[in-house]
Amino acid sequence: MNIFDIMGPVMVGPSSSHTAGAARIGLITRRLLGVQPVAAQLLLHGSFAATGAGHGTDRALVAGLLGMGPDDPRLPASFELAQEAGLSLELGKTVLRGVHPNTVLLRVTAPDGRALEVVASSLGGGRVKVCSIDGLEASFTGDLPTLIIRNEDRPGHVAEVANLLSHHGVNIAAMQLYRDRRGGLAVMVIESDQPIPAALVDWLRRCPGIVRVVYLNMGEES
Amino acid sequence: MAFQSVESLLLAARDAPVWQVVLEDDCRDRGSEREESWARMAGLWSAMQSAAADYDPARRSPSGLSGGNAARLEGPGPGLCGPFVREIIAAAVRNGECNACMRRIVAAPTAGASGVLPAVLLPLQRRDVLPDEVIVQALYVAAGFGQVIATRASIAGAEGGCQAEVGSASAMAAAALVHIMGGTGEQMAHACAIALSNTLGLVCDPVAGLVEVPCVNRNVMGAVNALSCAELALSGIKSAIPCDEVIDAMRAVGDAMPAALRETGNGGLAATPTGRRIAESM
Repeated sequence: MNIFDIMGPVMVGPSSSHTAGAARIGLITRRLLGVQPVAAQLLLHGSFAATGAGHGTDRALVAGLLGMGPDDPRLPASFELAQEAGLSLELGKTVLRGVHPNTVLLRVTAPDGRALEVVASSLGGGRVKVCSIDGLEASFTGDLPTLIIRNEDRPGHVAEVANLLSHHGVNIAAMQLYRDRRGGLAVMVIESDQPIPAALVDWLRRCPGIVRVVYLNMGEES
Repeated sequence: MAFQSVESLLLAARDAPVWQVVLEDDCRDRGSEREESWARMAGLWSAMQSAAADYDPARRSPSGLSGGNAARLEGPGPGLCGPFVREIIAAAVRNGECNACMRRIVAAPTAGASGVLPAVLLPLQRRDVLPDEVIVQALYVAAGFGQVIATRASIAGAEGGCQAEVGSASAMAAAALVHIMGGTGEQMAHACAIALSNTLGLVCDPVAGLVEVPCVNRNVMGAVNALSCAELALSGIKSAIPCDEVIDAMRAVGDAMPAALRETGNGGLAATPTGRRIAESM
């Protein structure tokens, strides 16, 4: 932990895990969708479900979906702002297996009908982790530029992506591989030290065998 | 690389002030420039000032449990504490209530314990007309000691109970106060050690799981404890147990604490008949 994990963040209260972390999860989900959603279903698990209302966890998640950071003073008014912005909300509770006590399942829909499902946990001190995207395992924090690539589980895709990144001078900080079954769908989660150029992300989207590419850079406005 | 012990922090600070050693270590750690680090810390101080200025006594928390008490602490009061200590008490409550009412605060080291540092720093700056620069230096001192506590023990109530939150904040604030008053690095370590010793074993038992009861008032205890422990250290009183060993003891006590007393809302005050009634009414 660096000293600004000890001192800070500046945040809307009352809880770094239940409020600040929740806002960050909402914001990451918005960035993963790439656009402000028109509909969102938020299902709280564990301690989020038990004490979330008193901590404003639900309001913080919605604030994040509207593009607010954990320090945005408008956070407590997010439900009203969502209504104004045409974001319809469905809030509930759920029980998930094998996850951190502070976990939420979000289902969001883009204006063009695209859907995205995210499971994410708040680990304390405002730090968060995305656990899965659209039902496929993933594990990343959003602290670094992150590339999530879904591809057919065939030889060569990992080498191809790693090559492209190295040609663009992008250093891989961490890389994870998952798949639903042999020869099925696979997911690469790549966290990099440098931002990934938009042209490279577009190129990856056109590669045969690559089904979907999501690029997350929390350091950039969107 | 974070300091693994107070001993190594003081060793590094033989030829330079503690705050400067912590700042330089931060630059190495995050690969950043001095100016960037300083501006970020100064930004946290200005956010602490804004949080205090933002207080509105009419506000209530979503649960209805918190709000309005800091206003009762304005004015001369019953005359028991004297104006300076009374102002510290008021500042801690003000910040705690701002936090409970979903206003903007600075987690230091956590949101639940966010009242302790501003509660001692704001009144002291006002009383002694201190430049912001000295307070920002003190925040580096606090962060340096806090980093050792986080590394060797914990700053999370869910892991170590309230001793890890308000206890850590109090120990960090005690060291920061020693810096402001011109004390030595050794005195900072003694102040930190005594403050942590005084809160050893403090449990995290939030009623209804909310950061309100007893958290707001515990920030007052953390602030006043920091003040007394800095006074002890500045008067030449030493902790019999070295700071690092006290931090290790805090960890051992946290490990031995049952889950009911670590932020689950199932023990301590949360488990009293009234605590349970409040939780059920939510």
